[in-house]
Amino acid sequence: MAQAESGYYVPHGSNWPIIGSVGLTSLVIGIALYLEGMGLGLWVMGAGGALLIYMVWGWFADVIRESVGGLYSAQVDRSLRWGMIWFIFSEIMFFGAFFGALFYARFLSVPWLGGEDPATSRVLWDSALLAWPTAGPGNLGLDWKPMGPWPLPTINTLILLTSGVTLTVAHHALKENNRRRLITFMWMTIALGLAFICLQAYEYYEAYAHLNLRLDTGIYGSTFFMLTGFHGVHVLLGTIMLIVITLRCMKGHFEADSHFGYEATAWYWHFVDVVWLGLYVFVYIM
Amino acid sequence: MRIGKQCQKSVLALALLFMAGPALADLSLLNMTQGVTDMSNQVYGLHMTIFWITVVIGVLVFGAMFYSIIRHRKSRGVKPAKFHHSTAVEIVWTIIPLAILVGMAIPATRVLIDINDTTGSEMTVKVTGYQWFWGYEYIDEDVQFLSRLDVESDRARQLGSGVSPASVPYYLENVDNRLVLPVDTRIRFQITAADVIHSWWVPDFGWKRDAIPGFVNETWTQIDEPGIYRGRCAELCGRDHGFMPIVIEAVEKDEFETWLMAQREGSSADEASDAVASR
Amino acid sequence: MTATTHDHAHHAAEATGFKRWLVTTNHKDIGSMYLLFSLAMFLVGGAMALVIRAELFQPGLQLVDPYFFNQMTTMHALVMIFGAVMPAFTGLANWMIPLMVGAPDMALPRMNNWSFWLLPFGFAVLLSTLFMPGGGPAGGWTMYPPLMLQTGTAFPFVIFAIHILGISSIMGSINVVATILNMRAPGMTLMKMPLFVWTWLITAYLMIAVMPVLAGAITMLLTDQYFGTTFFSAAGGGDPVLYQHIFWFFGHPEVYILILPAFGIVSTIIPAFARKPLFGYSSMVYATASIAFLSFIVWAHHMFTVGMPLAGQLFFMYATMLIAVPTGVKVFNWVATMWRGAMTFETPMLFALAFVFLFTIGGFSGLMLAIAPADYQYHDTYFVVAHFHYVLVTGAVFAILAAAYYWLPKWTGHMYSERLGKAHFWLSTISVNVLFFPQHFLGLAGMPRRIPDYSVQFADWNMISSIGGFAFGFSQLIFVWLLIKCIRGGEKAEARAWEGAEGLEWEVPSPAPHHTFDTPPVVR
Repeated sequence: MAQAESGYYVPHGSNWPIIGSVGLTSLVIGIALYLEGMGLGLWVMGAGGALLIYMVWGWFADVIRESVGGLYSAQVDRSLRWGMIWFIFSEIMFFGAFFGALFYARFLSVPWLGGEDPATSRVLWDSALLAWPTAGPGNLGLDWKPMGPWPLPTINTLILLTSGVTLTVAHHALKENNRRRLITFMWMTIALGLAFICLQAYEYYEAYAHLNLRLDTGIYGSTFFMLTGFHGVHVLLGTIMLIVITLRCMKGHFEADSHFGYEATAWYWHFVDVVWLGLYVFVYIM
Repeated sequence: MRIGKQCQKSVLALALLFMAGPALADLSLLNMTQGVTDMSNQVYGLHMTIFWITVVIGVLVFGAMFYSIIRHRKSRGVKPAKFHHSTAVEIVWTIIPLAILVGMAIPATRVLIDINDTTGSEMTVKVTGYQWFWGYEYIDEDVQFLSRLDVESDRARQLGSGVSPASVPYYLENVDNRLVLPVDTRIRFQITAADVIHSWWVPDFGWKRDAIPGFVNETWTQIDEPGIYRGRCAELCGRDHGFMPIVIEAVEKDEFETWLMAQREGSSADEASDAVASR
Repeated sequence: MTATTHDHAHHAAEATGFKRWLVTTNHKDIGSMYLLFSLAMFLVGGAMALVIRAELFQPGLQLVDPYFFNQMTTMHALVMIFGAVMPAFTGLANWMIPLMVGAPDMALPRMNNWSFWLLPFGFAVLLSTLFMPGGGPAGGWTMYPPLMLQTGTAFPFVIFAIHILGISSIMGSINVVATILNMRAPGMTLMKMPLFVWTWLITAYLMIAVMPVLAGAITMLLTDQYFGTTFFSAAGGGDPVLYQHIFWFFGHPEVYILILPAFGIVSTIIPAFARKPLFGYSSMVYATASIAFLSFIVWAHHMFTVGMPLAGQLFFMYATMLIAVPTGVKVFNWVATMWRGAMTFETPMLFALAFVFLFTIGGFSGLMLAIAPADYQYHDTYFVVAHFHYVLVTGAVFAILAAAYYWLPKWTGHMYSERLGKAHFWLSTISVNVLFFPQHFLGLAGMPRRIPDYSVQFADWNMISSIGGFAFGFSQLIFVWLLIKCIRGGEKAEARAWEGAEGLEWEVPSPAPHHTFDTPPVVR
């Protein structure tokens, strides 16, 4: 009864981490095999992915069972909070790498290639007039258009901002023990998240079908699709988290004064929201 | 047999090293070359200044440390003191190093600005790194050629060749076509690469500069005296990174003009076909 | 409900044999696994280093193909950094931080298990690439494009293996931060924490900040290779140097990740054997924090020769030189701690003292490398190789060895053989200098790094260095032998194994029981 005395719950033994290791490793081996042209890779990837989903399901089931069972003291709750905060921080740094690449291209490498560095632009390329947005001096003949901020990205911005509001309303409802309003606004948030994903998919379709803007359209296409793409994946993940949390709300989980799982999801959603604002400003508008 | 002899030499050198490390700092194999340009001399000067500063700091710090190790040991029956901080001392040993650093930064800044100033050059050579050789082009002179590891070194360097490197003159330091340059001339280099990143380094010039595919890096030199200067690729560029040396032949100006003329007339056709064949 | 869940959980704790190690959530078990894994990787990476030194014993190619040589230099670095040094520190953190702050375990015990178990899987993938068509990665551990893009089948496996190692490090670090911020015993304020805990807090913060950046950089490599993005290709408007910027934004904090916990270890051991409190505790904390802060704004000193604009070079030169100030403060504080102490020289102290001396030599060459114009000569030569091996081998590795000797009695309950420990110390210290000191000369005389063969004027120093390398490598087997002996038996260790040792870890018996501080101690 170690944890009973100290009040800090230390789980004893868990199979999930090792299952997760096998799953994650199989997943990436599968992808790697596939990238190297081995069709077998897709099967390995699928198996790994399935194992990983099984692990996430089971692991969280354990956590929820322990949490609902009252094993988590306030101190455990704080540990989870720190964990989530620093996890989100690491995600911010991941996006930071791609924003860094965008800024470097816009403010350094493209201007250098575009004449600020005369030796490079004259000796190696005939690119003295290159300017953002560009697919680079090797793709001067390419006919394509950049993605403007209007209308889809702006609508998407409004959608995400609204979803932040609905989520906050839901959170207040939870704190006031108003379950009906909580669940209504949670589903609204999810609907907005799904709407965002659909519009983002439509935007990609537009880019490929009508603008001839592709992932391999030079540095513009690279930064555009990698930034918005990784963000989109995070929105998808956030939406799944919201759905799970909402289903838990409907099952009667969470207390007005203790609902860390809910809060973590909300934090994550707000983080996705803020990253989008960065994208909207630096990728679409500027 | 040969190994045995080298071992003996090694042991001797080792003994020397531990007896008098810094005192040997003049020998060419222990220290940076002074080089043959004004810039390389400046870099060497900076290097030695910093080196001696660190030696002095080292002597003081390690002196205190070893004094303490010898004197303040339990086996001598000393009782440990109780002190554990002193703001005054902390401030002093923050400020003094800071001052030393500022003193070092000033000359370093001057040299750095000088190296990066490529204006006023009298001729331009474009250097291109390939896997694994160098290409040289005298801009506006219609002379260009490739420069590879010489045949003898290339034969000896094969795995299990049975040829002793010591028997090959200038093993791994010789090329088929040397880069001929005039002395007392401000020469600008435009350095780039065709495949992966290389780095063009002639220690006697006092710098190396990366050759980056798709970009041109500019830098310059002015050689003071005629001679043969040898360098090598300094950035890992794949399998034969260790086998793409650089050889400079610095000659008097008039000699250079004659050489350039001969190149232009005699072998421009050969060079061109050679260049195409090498792709 | 509570009771059943608990009983069920408790039952799992009884898992025995190999299963126990697979499912454990105990910080001591996980710490031990980290440390043993690290030792195994140290030997694997060491074997690769011996291949390198054997080929460099003489000019000419005698043993391996140049491409395989490049795979060895690349893998040696990856294995030593991600497999030996980082896991060793994480293992020490796992074992010692809960003991030092009076916590029952790490804050997130299940995730702790996952952090560890990802490592063997990641390394299985990474090491397997050596046997793939086209061989393993051979572009250096820095993986610069475009060269890295020439890797064969191994390419995506290397990228994903590093992703896995990164995930492991991030989770491990989050755990350390949560433990330190949330699990301290009552009365253990931040400024009462042992320095090892402080340095780890800052290290963990660095890791959480930069490992994702590395993940971003290698993801861009992956998409450049397979999906036609042009981050690192000028033709598409990118720049190969962009990769270097992103990589070193990770890479420079990374080298401090490899050394800050070492500072903490040395700051623990020197006071213990000088029988005198650490001099300038708070300035040590501030110095560590300053070093960590500076590490984010000095990255481009690894790239002085890429042709950065002058203003950039000047900024990075000045910022880099500044690091000497807080680092100097640390060294001065250590010497002041020894000053007028009553020192004894057991093996942990010997390694700690060697650390102070030899790490400082590495610091001096680091200061020289900071001077941009001089770096035009030093860059990518053996001078750099000598520099970072002084800070990483006689720095990080010596500190890890010191820590191992210092806490072995606490871990095993036995005193190690002091005779073998001293033999290990003296052989290691002498041979490591024979190994690395001549590399300063080689670099200054013009020998580039990462070459399998060299011209004959470099022969003598290379031969000496190789002799030192083999001596150093085989000296480590003494440590393995000592370890086996110490785990199996030996003189019983007391709770406070060292006369001058301070800290909560010495309040519990040796060996530390499986569960400690279930009831938190109160720190006055």
